[in-house]
Amino acid sequence: MKFTGTDSYVASDDLRVAVNAAIALQRPLLIKGEPGTGKTVLAHEVAKALGAPIIEWHIKSTTKAQQGLYEYDAVSRLRDSQLGDERVKDIGNYIKKGKLWEGFTSAERPVLLIDEIDKADIEFPNDLLLELDRMEFYVYETQQVIKAEQRPIVMITSNNEKELPDAFLRRCFFHYIRFPDREIMTQIVDVHFPDLQKNLLREALNVFYDIREVPGLKKKPSTSELLDWLKLLMVEDMSPESLRSKDSKQLIPPLHGALLKNEQDVHLFERLAFMARREQRSTP
Amino acid sequence: MFVNFFLELRQAKVPVSIKEYLALMEGMDKGVADFSVDDFYYLSRAILVKDERNLDKFDKVFGNVFKGLEAPVGEGIAAEIPEEWLRKLAEKLLTEEEKKQIEAMGGWEKLMETLKKRLEEQQKRHQGGSKWIGTAGTSPFGAFGFNPEGVRIGQDKNREGRAVKVWDKREYKNLDDTVEIGTRNIKIALRRLRKFAREGAEVELDMPDTIRSTARNAGYLDIKMVAERRNKVKLLILFDIGGSMDAHIRVCEELFSAARSEFKHLEFFYFHNCLYEKLWKDNRRRHVDTFSTAQLLHTYPPDYKILFVGDASMSPYEIAYPGGSVEHWNEESGQAWIQRVSDTYRSMVWLNPVPERHWSYTPSIQLLQQLSSNRMFPLTLGGLDSAMKELNK
Repeated sequence: MKFTGTDSYVASDDLRVAVNAAIALQRPLLIKGEPGTGKTVLAHEVAKALGAPIIEWHIKSTTKAQQGLYEYDAVSRLRDSQLGDERVKDIGNYIKKGKLWEGFTSAERPVLLIDEIDKADIEFPNDLLLELDRMEFYVYETQQVIKAEQRPIVMITSNNEKELPDAFLRRCFFHYIRFPDREIMTQIVDVHFPDLQKNLLREALNVFYDIREVPGLKKKPSTSELLDWLKLLMVEDMSPESLRSKDSKQLIPPLHGALLKNEQDVHLFERLAFMARREQRSTP
Repeated sequence: MFVNFFLELRQAKVPVSIKEYLALMEGMDKGVADFSVDDFYYLSRAILVKDERNLDKFDKVFGNVFKGLEAPVGEGIAAEIPEEWLRKLAEKLLTEEEKKQIEAMGGWEKLMETLKKRLEEQQKRHQGGSKWIGTAGTSPFGAFGFNPEGVRIGQDKNREGRAVKVWDKREYKNLDDTVEIGTRNIKIALRRLRKFAREGAEVELDMPDTIRSTARNAGYLDIKMVAERRNKVKLLILFDIGGSMDAHIRVCEELFSAARSEFKHLEFFYFHNCLYEKLWKDNRRRHVDTFSTAQLLHTYPPDYKILFVGDASMSPYEIAYPGGSVEHWNEESGQAWIQRVSDTYRSMVWLNPVPERHWSYTPSIQLLQQLSSNRMFPLTLGGLDSAMKELNK
């Protein structure tokens, strides 16, 4: 079982090693990085490359660790008891399996994605320590121990909204997805849009990295935004020239809606464009 | 065999434990690193580093400990620059006169030595720079006029693109040091201040009420729901800003960013040195956009909890007398305003970033300590904890 990237995902060497280490040593892999650099997609791609099923657990602010294990639906049981349903005699009928349970008992070794773990309450990671370490837990209602026959490949993503506790970090491997440089970005774009004109791509990347350089942006555009934007450029059939024009009116790139995601950033950009224009007028 | 590496990491304050070290050994044992130094670097980084802020430290230690490890690639460069290739090239490019000049310099051997030396120097100087050592134009031979277009040493012949080792690039440098550092502990301390109340849509099962009404319903199930619990604490933070507070700006930022994500009802204002009749929210517009303290007392109901953050270090006049402010003419003394705040709000504490043992040497701190009826706490985790306890009373 070795991950070497797929035809739709460009994995750098360090990412490859980190993933393979997590697979070989059966530890969870914690992945951090700017939003839109392919953290969640990685889990899908690993699953695809290994031919393993994927189980996704998306974390919200209200998610409790227990929900990943199982939930006991006491209310339906009470209701059924009044209707005289036979099912009521077996408490197991009212235990709903969580994502971890699913992962532990899956017939094939699955990839278990715990997405955006930093969204949950601050104690959430601590509540999962033992479960992720030993890959087993105890169901009080039925008094059984659920133990993973084969440890799932656990991938955890985080956007750094909260810090994770040390004890939790100790149990994980860690990889920080760095923002891809121009070379890798070109490879990534190639994978997604193989028939994009070379010069359009070059101009688009110029504009894109220029925007990322602008100081004070609230949200820098990232890989996923670039891919969206390129798709739009292709649909609209933009010419490379229209991107290159250093004409001051054009300082805001065409179809910028795909790159700049909030109005403050668009305003900032317009202001910069305005200032650049004024400068141009006063220099000659 | 990597104990040394492990110890150095600990020394450099990268938090690694034995558990991780053993995991690394296990990884080596299972052949994840594949006997390549680069892979070993990636593997050990994935296992030992748990936070992108530590990546730079890790790279430095790795570079130090395993210096010279990759001899065939790193140092070999100078040796691997094919001498005869250079010689050929030189012969092609040189005029007879120049060749003679070289002879005068001490011949090829001498020249090659100079080249090697230069290259080594350059490698050291350029650590972390571009991939190619001694590319092009800066060729050590420039002075001798070998090379009008710049001989590209290394690029064609030397196919190791790794002249500079990956870890020497130290690409993670600018991620070090962010405001969020350590906020987790602050958040935990702030959690003491949670007060839950039920509000909004009814989404949770209310067990006691359900049992009660089911019993009343002659045993037929009657489900009762309640709203979710939410943190209801309202907090008003007043920051002293500028002047002597500049030294404490980081800890204040940490506190602020922790508090921000922890409380839903959080308001904040700035003041300078002591609280007077005006506050502001934006330091750039502090003289234009102000908020009167009297209005503050009326706007925020008394169930708000007040948190002063300031070093309280100033001249006692600034607190005790009208007109004592260093910045403007204040009609009423700071003392009067602080008294008003503490009269209006039952829960109030003062957090002071100055270490507690120095408090007794500054009269103004003692004055404010009295004014806040001994509710001044040091801005440390312990102090924060006691302050939160105080606010919860």
